[in-house]
Amino acid sequence: MALDNVWVFAEAADGRVKTITLEMLAKAREIADEVSCFYAGAGDDVAETLGEHGASTVFATGDLDDALLGPPVAAAIAAKIAADGAPDLIMFGTTYDGRDVAGRLSAKLGAPVITNVADLIVNGEDVAGVEPVFGGSTNVTTRFKGEAVKIVLVRPKSFAAESAGGSVADVEDLDVPEVGNTGTAKVTARFMEETSGPKLEEAAIVVSGGRGLGEAAKYAMVEQLAKLLKAAPGASRAIVDAGWVPYSYQVGQTGKVVKPTVYLACGISGATQHMVGMKGAKYIIAINKDKEAPIFSIADLGIVGDVHKVMPKLIEALQGR
Amino acid sequence: MRSAQHNSGMHVVVCVKQIPDPAEPGSLDPATKTLKRSGNIILDESDSYGVEMALQLVTSAGGGTVSLVSMAPGGETKGLRTALAMGASDAILVSDPVLNGTDALGTAKVLAAAIARKSPDLVLTATESSDGYTGTVPSQIAELLGLPSVTFARSIEINGQSVNVRRQTESGYDEVTCPLPAVVSVTAGVVEPRYPSFKGIMAAKSKPVEALTVADLGLSADEVGWAGGGQEIVEIAASEAREAGRVVEDEGEGYAEIVNFLENLKVI
Ligand SMILES: Cc1cc2nc3c(=O)[nH]c(=O)nc-3n(C[C@H](O)[C@H](O)[C@H](O)COP(=O)(O)OP(=O)(O)OC[C@H]3O[C@@H](n4cnc5c(N)ncnc54)[C@H](O)[C@@H]3O)c2cc1C
Ligand SMILES: Cc1cc2nc3c(=O)[nH]c(=O)nc-3n(C[C@H](O)[C@H](O)[C@H](O)COP(=O)(O)OP(=O)(O)OC[C@H]3O[C@@H](n4cnc5c(N)ncnc54)[C@H](O)[C@@H]3O)c2cc1C
Repeated sequence: MALDNVWVFAEAADGRVKTITLEMLAKAREIADEVSCFYAGAGDDVAETLGEHGASTVFATGDLDDALLGPPVAAAIAAKIAADGAPDLIMFGTTYDGRDVAGRLSAKLGAPVITNVADLIVNGEDVAGVEPVFGGSTNVTTRFKGEAVKIVLVRPKSFAAESAGGSVADVEDLDVPEVGNTGTAKVTARFMEETSGPKLEEAAIVVSGGRGLGEAAKYAMVEQLAKLLKAAPGASRAIVDAGWVPYSYQVGQTGKVVKPTVYLACGISGATQHMVGMKGAKYIIAINKDKEAPIFSIADLGIVGDVHKVMPKLIEALQGR
Repeated sequence: MRSAQHNSGMHVVVCVKQIPDPAEPGSLDPATKTLKRSGNIILDESDSYGVEMALQLVTSAGGGTVSLVSMAPGGETKGLRTALAMGASDAILVSDPVLNGTDALGTAKVLAAAIARKSPDLVLTATESSDGYTGTVPSQIAELLGLPSVTFARSIEINGQSVNVRRQTESGYDEVTCPLPAVVSVTAGVVEPRYPSFKGIMAAKSKPVEALTVADLGLSADEVGWAGGGQEIVEIAASEAREAGRVVEDEGEGYAEIVNFLENLKVI
């Protein structure tokens, strides 16, 4: 049931290969005999980690001179296909750059993209993607047909990252074709606004707040609780849009997908677009004053109560330990 | 793509999707395997930010036009009228039975062909639609038009012949600069979309909406629709539901339930 050859678009941040890349590699080596990566940067920086996780070769573009990645990386992949033929599948993570490259490549090659993929089903040469819709209540399976190159965009946390004990991947430098006008968008400065403490996507516990907190200042309760639990603070879109916390805190369809051991939702109603980002948590606890709130339908423990009463007591109890 | 047909000011095209009201529970038609489009059709809220942004940019530029481009079945104009009532000048609507089942790339081909007729300085889209949310259409459009693009914009500033964008990233944001014309996709919340005024609603009724077919755009029917797509839905299934657990009313001891729960999991 295996494919011959799968390519994975690899990404790194702060010198570390991103988790989404390692998750895709785990699936790629399960479904294919040979896995290669494309990387926008110096291949030597990532060859060890990618090799350890099952990639045999890293095709690297080298420095791209602060260009946004979509046009040059798509052009480099298309050129590689023109020279050496297409793989059976190309996997991208649903990330800012992953989407850009996948979209550009799709238009270049006239190839379809199956998006929001949470699982892949391979049957001989046949590939299908499983996509959760309506807040994860329904799964839609979509199969590639026709001869075009197959491109998928994979949701984070769909597969478990695991070392394959592989050796350092070979590095092959790519020629990046001239992309002209399309490649003229350049990054002139980069700004970080991440908080201290564990990262939202990696924390074992996530404490999230929503509009039920009432006002921006009350988000401090979420932060305090998160600190006590060594958790990452998160948020619903309602309070991100209201400007209470930065977008990087948002959990859900248009925010981050989290899969912690415990997810504690405080004053969050449980809209489908929120649930699709957190319903993979092992345990869900919810505090909401409305006993009909949809969040209770997926919570392992639901407290029908006022966040302004329950949270301060919880904070006090944890401080006393 | 900038042409001499415009004489002054800034010309922006905003892609606006008209979708079933997300407040009404969605469902897929088991026969056609597409989203059921019954019920109330509205302007995708995600696109109201692009419309507002375009109106503000044109005002800052001291004049110009905001044109809309939409692809929707059945000659639907309800969402377009909302955006026209906000202040957009005119619209192109592509509606054609051969578009049934069109995937994201097919949608991008149609939108790109319609946009090209307007020769804009700037094309705005949302980063992803509320109903399909593939998020690939903006960069597909840009590639088809041979334009640079900046996705995930949280602010946009026009600076002469280029656009400066704060682009959302995983850990913060990047400042990106790019020459015009360009495609920029905006995130929700970048601006506060205005409510259409009564005057705006009245004016919208007589604003021009040009209705086009796939053939009018010079595309062939086999590039779009079910035939043109490289994919097919093979199964729609309910996923394993998460069961509701214990729900307790807080009588002052609710916090202790949480402490116990966490203790049992040995996470505290
Ligand atoms: C295309 C699209 C994408 C979206 N993406 C996301 C996304 O990524 N993430 C996301 O979160 N949302 C997303 N949304 C928005 C989503 O639909 C909801 O609007 C949002 O999640 C609601 O946030 P909330 O639960 O904080 O607010 P509300 O829905 O207003 O809920 C507030 C809750 O707090 C409770 N409450 C009020 N006061 C108290 C109190 N004193 N004590 C306890 N409880 C109280 C209320 O009972 C209510 O249940 C998206 C929407 C669209 C259309
Ligand atoms: C549940 C579901 C799953 C799907 N999965 C896939 C898939 O895996 N692959 C695939 O190729 N297609 C898929 N589709 C089909 C896809 O949603 C449609 O082809 C759609 O026309 C375009 O994609 P989008 O809305 O997801 O675009 P997005 O890329 O999410 O849209 C971004 C922006 O582009 C603009 N835009 C998009 N469509 C229009 C329009 N019709 N008119 C005007 N502006 C528009 C808007 O500004 C929009 O916010 C799916 C549809 C559904 C309902």
